[in-house]
Amino acid sequence: MNTVTILLSSFILSITGLFIFIWSLRKRLFDNTAAAAYVIFSDGEIGRGEEPAATAAQLEGMRQQVPGQASAVLTAAQETTLARELEERVEADRSTAFVSFVFLSCAVVWLVVGSLAGLTSSIKLHQPDSLVQQAWLTFGRIRTIHLNIVAYGWAPMASFGIANWLLPRLLKTPLVGGRYAIFGCMLWNAGLIAGVGCIAAGISDGMEWLEMPWQVDILIVIGGALMGLPLVYTLQARKVDHLYVSVWYMGAALFWFPILFFIAKLPALHFGVEQATMNWWYGHNVLGLFYTPMALASVYYFLPKIIGRPVQSYNLSLLGFWTLAFFYGQVGGHHLVGGPVPAWLITLSIVQSIMMIVPVISFSINQHLTMRGYFSKLIYSPTLRFLVLGGMMYTLSSLEGTFEALRSVSTVAHFTHFTVAHAHLGLYGFFTMVMFGAIYFVMPRVMSWEWPYPSLIAVHFWLVIIGFAIYFVGLSIGGWLQGMAMLDASKPFIDSVNVTIPFLKSRTVGGSLMTLGHLVFAGHFIAMALRYGPARTGAALLHTGVTASATDQLAGA
Amino acid sequence: MHDEFKLLSGAMVTLALATSALVVLPFMQLKDVQAPKGLKPYTSAQLRGREVYIKNGCIYCHSQQPRDKAQAPDDQRGWGRAPVAGDYYYDKPHLLGTMRTGPDLFNIGARQPSQDWHLGHLFQPRAYTPGSIMPSYPFLFEAKDKADPGERVVTLPPGYNPPGKIVVATQEVLDLVTYLQGMDHTYPVFETLEGNKK
Repeated sequence: MNTVTILLSSFILSITGLFIFIWSLRKRLFDNTAAAAYVIFSDGEIGRGEEPAATAAQLEGMRQQVPGQASAVLTAAQETTLARELEERVEADRSTAFVSFVFLSCAVVWLVVGSLAGLTSSIKLHQPDSLVQQAWLTFGRIRTIHLNIVAYGWAPMASFGIANWLLPRLLKTPLVGGRYAIFGCMLWNAGLIAGVGCIAAGISDGMEWLEMPWQVDILIVIGGALMGLPLVYTLQARKVDHLYVSVWYMGAALFWFPILFFIAKLPALHFGVEQATMNWWYGHNVLGLFYTPMALASVYYFLPKIIGRPVQSYNLSLLGFWTLAFFYGQVGGHHLVGGPVPAWLITLSIVQSIMMIVPVISFSINQHLTMRGYFSKLIYSPTLRFLVLGGMMYTLSSLEGTFEALRSVSTVAHFTHFTVAHAHLGLYGFFTMVMFGAIYFVMPRVMSWEWPYPSLIAVHFWLVIIGFAIYFVGLSIGGWLQGMAMLDASKPFIDSVNVTIPFLKSRTVGGSLMTLGHLVFAGHFIAMALRYGPARTGAALLHTGVTASATDQLAGA
Repeated sequence: MHDEFKLLSGAMVTLALATSALVVLPFMQLKDVQAPKGLKPYTSAQLRGREVYIKNGCIYCHSQQPRDKAQAPDDQRGWGRAPVAGDYYYDKPHLLGTMRTGPDLFNIGARQPSQDWHLGHLFQPRAYTPGSIMPSYPFLFEAKDKADPGERVVTLPPGYNPPGKIVVATQEVLDLVTYLQGMDHTYPVFETLEGNKK
């Protein structure tokens, strides 16, 4: 391929892009009304937040009006309508309870196992002679087990659990086809257990993110397809005019992921350097086109819901969606800066990495403007804390990723622990935090039971926050020093190893705190599933003084 | 169903663009790349060794892609010239790697040809490189009272043998070392090779 072809194809690409843009304007891709932003609220619900994880005292705090908060006083007739709609919502929640419970339980199990595997790997990097007698515990395998469990166990199970729960609320209809999802979930988990077993036994396809043997992956592909069916069926039964932005994100992600996985896993097709570009096309897209949209969909739903206020700019959220869809897909090549791949590809990926600033900033501005004036609610809402913090980490990790893609930064950061810290900022600081928040919101609805020990939510929060701060800050510094040492030819290579040791140790400290936090979380989850704690007094769906009487009627729902 | 149509078609178009840029175009551009004259196909022992490399996850700490002189002093560390696509002609799956917790191994065979060194180093890296954080791989060796005929006894620096025993290499680790010894890409390549920097 010569320069003329490249120029020609980029020309054709721009023209196509222009046409799509014109078409999208004609087809109202960007609504000039923000009606869709109100889809997730019933009439009169604005100004009344929903926070299932809060205690009575916290709810009291949530009820405090912030300046500018709309507090419509409803007539008796409106109150009745609202109460009826809320009852329908309880009905919709009930249709998803079992499905979500199954997915989220799997997620919690994988989270704990994955954390233990990660912690073991972390210790082994500064204690290289620990646990060396068994082959499956060697760093190269246990680290890979950690990645696969987190990437294919915790993350998708949590995502699907939340997505299945959200769909009926977003489309205002009960979930259709939930048993396909359950069956798919069983196949997927069977595949994952087999895949992790294969890695432990030393059977691996050999590519990062794609280690599980393709024969085993057939189970995951079929399982994943079944898990996506409720989306299709429930969409067909929808009772809302507008698709809320969360549906855009989740819908696209649920179609993107199977395609990514299928193409990446085609046996005997990819070769040599092409395989490397494919590898990172996949590796980055599974983050960008699956986990990220799933978490963003959750933020776009839960955040407005908790504070009782629609998202500030609905158009900005759609702009974020389309730019993410367009730019994120092409950034993978920045994992190969300086590698033996065609130079045009690296340049393309760097350019698109810079362009990622657009969707990230549009999300960040939107989140900030929506939260503006409402930040005091963070004090009272345990769920909101995780979500808002997660959203901020998204901004941070994505901007960091943009700069890391630059050739000059990549020269230092590539091949070092800096990248590992960055990956955890995205998948942990952003994705996992958002999922924690979402699970705290969802589970009381799923179980019709309050979180038995609310103080454990705070313990969990502070353990993982402090743990992750130690993890991230330490490892980033260590990774950067490692990269600088490696670029200094006058220093022997071992200097670049020695310089990281204190930071690898601090990572173990941070990782231990995170793991401890996960154990607290898992214990709390189990306690709830077993219905420990004080008996539930009321299923208050919304929290505001005005509706206290109306929602009390829903007690026991 | 209008919104669903927009959503799906839009999502598929963007993914198709990404896939053609990062998968299809490289596929077409690189599929006719030939192996450089100096590069030999892997022997069956080397291929077995490559499997051992994969199954124990060596790739998570070792890259196989030195960077160009203009970018980093990789050549001064003895890691070799910047590779071209043809250098990976026989690699399936690719093992380019993304971490350098340990050094690049693209030319480890040229840099460290000794079988003794590799075997001993895999048994206990810290016997050769103080401060190394590479795991030791005792499960690839056997500690015995005395070697059977035909077994490869590993020569270790004093003090590293298990007390009163000798250490023999398994076939797995012998294959791995054969693979590592064969990692030699010091032959010349011409800059005009298809797939090289344009």
